[in-house]
Amino acid sequence: MSVVRVPPVLREEAGGAREVEASGATVRELLEDLAGRMPALGDKIYDGDEIRPYVNVYVDGEDVRTSGGLDAPVREGATVVLLPAMAGGKL
Amino acid sequence: MATYREILEKTKAEIREVDAAEAQALEGAVWVDVRRHDEWDEGHIPGAIHIPRGSLESRIESRAPDHSLPVVLYCASGERSAFAAKTLAELGYEHPVSLAGGFTDWKRNGYEIKLPTSLSPEKRARYSRHILIPEIGEEGQLKLLDSKILLLGAGGLGSPAALYLAAAGVGHIGIVDADIVDESNLQRQIVHSLNTLGTPKVDSAKRTIEALNPDVRVTTYRERLTSENIDRILDDGWEIVVDGTDNFPTRYLLNDACVWRGIPVVYGSIYRFEGQVSVFKSGDGPCYRCLFPAPPPPELAPSCSEGGVLGVLPGIIGSLQTNEALKLALGIGEPLIGRLLLFDALTTEFDEMRIKRNPDCPVCGEHPTITEYVDYVEFCTR
Repeated sequence: MSVVRVPPVLREEAGGAREVEASGATVRELLEDLAGRMPALGDKIYDGDEIRPYVNVYVDGEDVRTSGGLDAPVREGATVVLLPAMAGGKL
Repeated sequence: MATYREILEKTKAEIREVDAAEAQALEGAVWVDVRRHDEWDEGHIPGAIHIPRGSLESRIESRAPDHSLPVVLYCASGERSAFAAKTLAELGYEHPVSLAGGFTDWKRNGYEIKLPTSLSPEKRARYSRHILIPEIGEEGQLKLLDSKILLLGAGGLGSPAALYLAAAGVGHIGIVDADIVDESNLQRQIVHSLNTLGTPKVDSAKRTIEALNPDVRVTTYRERLTSENIDRILDDGWEIVVDGTDNFPTRYLLNDACVWRGIPVVYGSIYRFEGQVSVFKSGDGPCYRCLFPAPPPPELAPSCSEGGVLGVLPGIIGSLQTNEALKLALGIGEPLIGRLLLFDALTTEFDEMRIKRNPDCPVCGEHPTITEYVDYVEFCTR
């Protein structure tokens, strides 16, 4: 089981949760598990084939795109951070 | 009992003396002027750092931490620097050398010198808490007074940036913003006030900066950054950009322009209780497009109507951005290059994500596919 941190812009899709649990030995398995249980959240980050281009997924602080992509291993108890592009600043 | 001459001769025999040509051929050398303050003020060798002989032992290691690099020491004639070279050898420096004939011969032989640029007594007093820090000193303060930093946005993030950059004595600050000060801004945009309600934000910010520090020159651009005006604005020679924008089109425009021009961008972003900070410096690390190659499509972008932000959050994130901008201007410390800092105000937690340069990045990658400005449609304007 890993802890997935949900960014504020996606919390509505996660029922308001700041963190959710997901299981999987690879990034793909983990995202499939998440999308199965929270389809709205899953859809915002993963299209079933690829991680959406405006979302980054970090496993233990490492961007999965540069560390093996969907096949990158996820250790038991890993911290997964979902990070969509954020525009706010001046607001 | 030995005389001064005898001690000097003995010291010179123990150290290495070099002439100007030999000194200039030493690769990676740190040049240290060991004369008094008033002598330094009258002119010195460009690129040298100033550590008066009396403070050499205590300050050299913070200014020249690598003991294996050559250190060229000079004074007026080559005598004080000979003793200084001996001291550095005792401190474990491997290649300290003394410039024969000192600054006097250097100048007489027509080598380049840097003429007096020292702080007035008023400035020395105003910036004394900077000058006391060895990593900044008078030299660093002069760098700040000589630096040009552009603020994109005079809102939540731009407010603390404008105030702290101005207080720090950044000599020239540019501000780009098309908006007017509104009542709902005052919950967090501390560069504005009731006195400037209804006036352009750039003018309001300029007024506050000028009331704080008359050493700062302010250039205002009361416009929204677009592909039409970005070159004109950046042509004014801005060395660092603090990005406090609120929309994707501007962020991508700024990123692409700054990659092509080699200008570092201090990025910041906020939402409700959470913020992000990073430094995108093309050549040394990733750019914003390495992180997010393209903006989200309108239908999938997070809804802006759910916005809102804790008033102090831009104060924290904008101050972190200012810290990065000051470090870049001073050339000290380790900027947030290749690191994305996340802050959660509710839990008071910082997290750091490693971000890498993407070899397939459409702008800074090996085979760029974007070579001119892209005007993305603005799909969310609050």
